[in-house]
Amino acid sequence: MTTATIASGRSRELRNHVSLGQSVANSFTMAYRGLLKIKRTPEQLIDVTVQPIIFTLMFTYIFGGAISGDIAGYLPIIIPGILAQTVITTSVVTGVQLREDMDKGVFDRFKSMPIARISPLAGALLADTVRYFIATTLTFVMGYIMGWRAGGGITGLIFAGLLVMACAWAISWIFAFFGVVARSASSVQGISFLILFPLTFLSNAFVPVDTMPSWLQGFVNVNPVSHLITAVRELTNNGAVTSDLWLALLGSAVVVAIFAPLTVRAYMRKA
Amino acid sequence: MSNSTDWAVEAHGLVKTFGGNRAVDGVDLSVRTGTVYGVLGPNGAGKTTTISMLATLLRPDAGSAQIFGHDVVAQAQIVRQLLGVTAQFASVDERLSATENLVIFARLLGFSRAEAKRKSAELLEEFGLTEAARRPISKFSGGMRRRLDLAASLLAQPPLIFLDEPTTGLDPRTRAQMWETIRRLVATGSTVLLTTQYLDEADQLADRIAVIDQGRVVAEGTADELKASVGESSLQLRLADPTDLEDARRAVTSVLGVEAVVSPEAGRITAPMLNPDAVTDLFITFREAGIHLTEMSVQKPTLDEVFLTLTGHGVEDDSSTTGAAPESERVSA
Repeated sequence: MTTATIASGRSRELRNHVSLGQSVANSFTMAYRGLLKIKRTPEQLIDVTVQPIIFTLMFTYIFGGAISGDIAGYLPIIIPGILAQTVITTSVVTGVQLREDMDKGVFDRFKSMPIARISPLAGALLADTVRYFIATTLTFVMGYIMGWRAGGGITGLIFAGLLVMACAWAISWIFAFFGVVARSASSVQGISFLILFPLTFLSNAFVPVDTMPSWLQGFVNVNPVSHLITAVRELTNNGAVTSDLWLALLGSAVVVAIFAPLTVRAYMRKA
Repeated sequence: MSNSTDWAVEAHGLVKTFGGNRAVDGVDLSVRTGTVYGVLGPNGAGKTTTISMLATLLRPDAGSAQIFGHDVVAQAQIVRQLLGVTAQFASVDERLSATENLVIFARLLGFSRAEAKRKSAELLEEFGLTEAARRPISKFSGGMRRRLDLAASLLAQPPLIFLDEPTTGLDPRTRAQMWETIRRLVATGSTVLLTTQYLDEADQLADRIAVIDQGRVVAEGTADELKASVGESSLQLRLADPTDLEDARRAVTSVLGVEAVVSPEAGRITAPMLNPDAVTDLFITFREAGIHLTEMSVQKPTLDEVFLTLTGHGVEDDSSTTGAAPESERVSA
């Protein structure tokens, strides 16, 4: 050993709690680890690159004529809808990858280290914002290529993108929870899609809400994803900040407030 | 707790149950600071579960344990700062390179970016992994993985290091290298708690040994004390006529003064050989009694013999199923 002596176990200065600063630093290190893994296996980005392109093309050309009369008129409605749907779908991967990761031996080492217990989770979720960023950018680019001109300008687009990423991050805690409690990666995927489809399709993403039966409108109107989509439409098309934006953020905060503690507790219990 | 400063590890009555299976059933351990302590036992004896509880990875169902006087449950975060754990299955990230793994662990431990890089390079050099530093771990051999895993455990220079079967599955040359590394660790003042399935390994490295079986400590002492209790070597006799077994066993008891273990199906008797001189008398007794042998051999104590003597049953051969036990334990936890 290069070091001649090792400080004894009793002469060390030790603390039994982790400071907030250390928790944040640990989480960023874990996020760095997540990014390194994306760099090593770039093929895992295939969903965030291909899906925005396919979905935007598909939904616009299928529904455009039926709902808005023409493609150009449908774009301002569908692009924000597709954006929310794509990015939230991407967040499912968080849970699946977390499950795969937790089955690896390296998580045993993390558990034995004096680090913030939440950091392996928070880091994974943080690294995934890169995926949301890619999906967001590609959806906007696809919209632009197809002829969508955002009335809210660049500022509107940037804020809309940030809003969607923030909400997707919040929702990813739901999938992270299933990632922690489920036994296998494929079951995480199964459960997550059961939640994902009602959440994204029972919204105002693709069709006007007033065409739905009234009992369904009740759910669609309280669905935070609907508020998110309306907020994104207002930001991108008009550059306007509406109450929907605050409702979307409130909904996200509620999701985090419920699922972050649940997830962390389940994770600790597995530890 | 009077003179607890001497003890790196103190465990009292540790219990861990998985479903109906008491994996660890009241284990007491005391490891003196600056020594190597070996926990010896077969697959599924509860070694890994015991280490996991001491390393704060599992919560004991009953009993208590202190690491340098800090409780593993109440002061878990402090205990983690005093420990380096090298698990049975390498706890490193397969998809990343050796350097990336170490840098991430170092950053998590609070090293600055530059420090983390320097320390990682230093450890890789020390463990002879510099050339492989940039390769992904999935291309590493078993011995390289263990070395990297150990290097990762040493980043924080912990005063106490847990090595869970550090040489299981390694070839003899790599095993000798690992032993050398462990000896150097102890020379720097670290306390080492290692588990092993090999008496030979415990004998080579450990100052004291606890033999653990079915979740219980069945014997504890220095390697010499332990070997003395099972005889330096054991005498194995195969009888020509299995009906003589009972007579032969009685002869062993009266002549050698030890209790022999009889394996009726094999027609075999195993007895600890405390005094090789007395064996001559035993053979004379056999000839006088007309007991004929087909085979006679002397064996150095193996784990199997230690177990036969200490527990009255052998090491179960079915290592394929018991080897998978820690995995299923983790899932059900």
